Amino acid sequence: MDLEFTSEERAFREEVRAFLKDNLPEELSEKVAAGKELSKEDLLRWQAILHERGWLAATWPEEYGGPGWSAVERHIFAEECALHSAPRLVPFGLNMLGPVLLKFGTEEQRREILPRILDGSDWWCQGYSEPGAGSDLASLKTRAVRDGDHYVVNGQKTWTTLGQHANKIFCLVRTSTEGKPQEGISFLLVDLDTPGVEMRPIRLIEGGHEVNEVFFTDARVPAANLVGEENQGWTIAKYLLTHERTNIAGTGFSIKDMERFHRLAGQITRDSRKIADNPIYAARAAEIEIELEALRITNLRMLANAKGGAAGGIESSMLKLKGTQVRQAIQDLYRSALGPQAAPMADELSENELTVPVEAARAAPAYFNNRKLSIFGGSNEIQRNIVAKELYRR
Amino acid sequence: MDFNLSEDHQMLADSLRRYLTDNYDIETRNAQVYAEPWHSPETWAGLAEIGIVGAFISEEQGGFGGSAEDVSVIFEEIGRGLCAEPLLGALMGVRLLAGLGRDDLVEAMVAGTARTALAVYEPNVACDLSHLEAKARQDGDDWRLSGRKSAIYGAPGADHLLVAARTEVGIGLFLVNSPELISATMVDGGGVSDLVMDELKAECLSSDCRSELEDALDMGRIALCAEAVGAMAHLIDLTQDYLGQRQQFGRPIASFQALQHRLVDMLVELEQCRSITIAAVAGFGAKDQARNVSMAKNLIGRMGRKISEEAVQMHGGIGMTWEYPGAHYAKRLVMIDHQLGDHNDHVLRLIELGDASQGEAA
Repeated sequence: MDLEFTSEERAFREEVRAFLKDNLPEELSEKVAAGKELSKEDLLRWQAILHERGWLAATWPEEYGGPGWSAVERHIFAEECALHSAPRLVPFGLNMLGPVLLKFGTEEQRREILPRILDGSDWWCQGYSEPGAGSDLASLKTRAVRDGDHYVVNGQKTWTTLGQHANKIFCLVRTSTEGKPQEGISFLLVDLDTPGVEMRPIRLIEGGHEVNEVFFTDARVPAANLVGEENQGWTIAKYLLTHERTNIAGTGFSIKDMERFHRLAGQITRDSRKIADNPIYAARAAEIEIELEALRITNLRMLANAKGGAAGGIESSMLKLKGTQVRQAIQDLYRSALGPQAAPMADELSENELTVPVEAARAAPAYFNNRKLSIFGGSNEIQRNIVAKELYRR
Repeated sequence: MDFNLSEDHQMLADSLRRYLTDNYDIETRNAQVYAEPWHSPETWAGLAEIGIVGAFISEEQGGFGGSAEDVSVIFEEIGRGLCAEPLLGALMGVRLLAGLGRDDLVEAMVAGTARTALAVYEPNVACDLSHLEAKARQDGDDWRLSGRKSAIYGAPGADHLLVAARTEVGIGLFLVNSPELISATMVDGGGVSDLVMDELKAECLSSDCRSELEDALDMGRIALCAEAVGAMAHLIDLTQDYLGQRQQFGRPIASFQALQHRLVDMLVELEQCRSITIAAVAGFGAKDQARNVSMAKNLIGRMGRKISEEAVQMHGGIGMTWEYPGAHYAKRLVMIDHQLGDHNDHVLRLIELGDASQGEAA
């Protein structure tokens, strides 16, 4: 048994570290570390830096501009980015549409769309969920009716993350009501400038604007924008859900968040004692850290397995479950450690009014925002269903 | 990275599993472990014949193993088979004796003709050797021990007791032959003893071997963690099978989402427990040994209880019966937390070790 990375993998980690040290702009990492919202320009700036190095589309083959990394290398890269507070990579074009086009798209679609994802010309968002169809995608109702060379789309999508920055959306739409509900679904690419498409913001629990709803009213979409066959959308959606997700456990984020907790615990005093010296917080922190360490190794075990070709969908479900539980536990610990100082909506205070370190000021909003972790990407209940189904599959 | 067992370890695991499957079904086990002498000398001899005790120490020490991985491979099978033979005392004892150069006793233990138990803890001491109160004083060529040792697992019937006691220079280790013990049956099977010492004559093995003792205890903790992983895996298998067979309202209860989700949570925790045990195994002998071991023992303690409670609950009334094999696994899992420091003791040890922040990510 060997828990160590190979010397090549360790060298790769060093290479990533050196790159981040030299190329990650401080303004960006400071914003990320402080939990501040990043602008579209911030996100695109980081994307351009990675693109220049050829490291933007981690999962794509080299032929289409990917770096040709192994699953372990992708994991190392994602972990280092989190540890250095690099801006997140918006996954919709890079990790969702890209892999779908590579597997189901036409060569023409790949040649046209993939480069525009890489150079930032297009910002894609995702149109899966509907008010009546979240995890149960089979019941989605947005209709696309063929009319000559076009589809006419009517309906509503929701929870469209960062849609306010996007110019394109990929949607699951209903193209047939015959047969089983999952059989009449298609995967369609829509230009958000299309007349009849309207995006509206949804304000979230902590006050931020991250998600949107999208309305389609007789929007005419070229039939050439269909990906794969008509009514094959369910297969594509399932492919995306089980598509290898090397960063789904988010251990890099959790390690970073835990570091932040320890820094805070060494600085903040309550009842004339540092949080770090409070045995209840110390014990809670230690127990969460133990679970995080176990998760880090569970993640590596599953990666090592994937390398040998034995990966299954249930492994990413298990990583998602535990990964989100650990991250939420850390957010909860961090928020509660601040005591009464966790209450303000940080955006309403200027930094010199704060009585806590700037990076701590967003603890409560971040905690509330991160309740999403166990809901999105297939709720944790859905992940449990997936594993249970596999357990009793004969 | 490679998380697969080596061929040798796989063979060791297979032969132990085969032995237990063939000779140690649950009825046989239960008949042996809940009454005096709380284990079976035949089973003990059988395990010795496969070379189990020899695998606890290195070739230089007269064995053919000795790595933390050897130990964890063996104890995972011990856990899966719910074997209550007093192997933990043998593990810690043979390592201490080999380290202190008592080749005569080591040889007899490896051959299965002698058995030791380790008497460390006292009624007021759970985990930290700094609090030991038992004292040893030199009396000519002999030593005399005073104080009380409690919860000495596997002591009934042991040929030798290794007793830790305070000396003028540190914490020493003493050999007591055929001691007079106060023994009882444990709730999860096997025997446990207390030892009351009032100027008890003993042979001094070392007048200060605290670090060797800490190592032996940490190895014992790794063994318990691995045993728990084996027991958890088996208990979860039993639960999964039961949910698939048991009919209620005209269908198997495995079709109920409420139960499916709980079963999946058990599985996720099993993977986590396996991972943290791997970390403790990999870290044994390294700088972070104490830290890694305490992390593992804490998680195993918490999750062992969770998995055992969930398994009993999901089996309904059946899970409450003596007849049901899973009930005995559930007891063992909860009681493992009581041995060699429980989850609270180990979280305190972690905090005291300091630098609780995550080690580097690579």
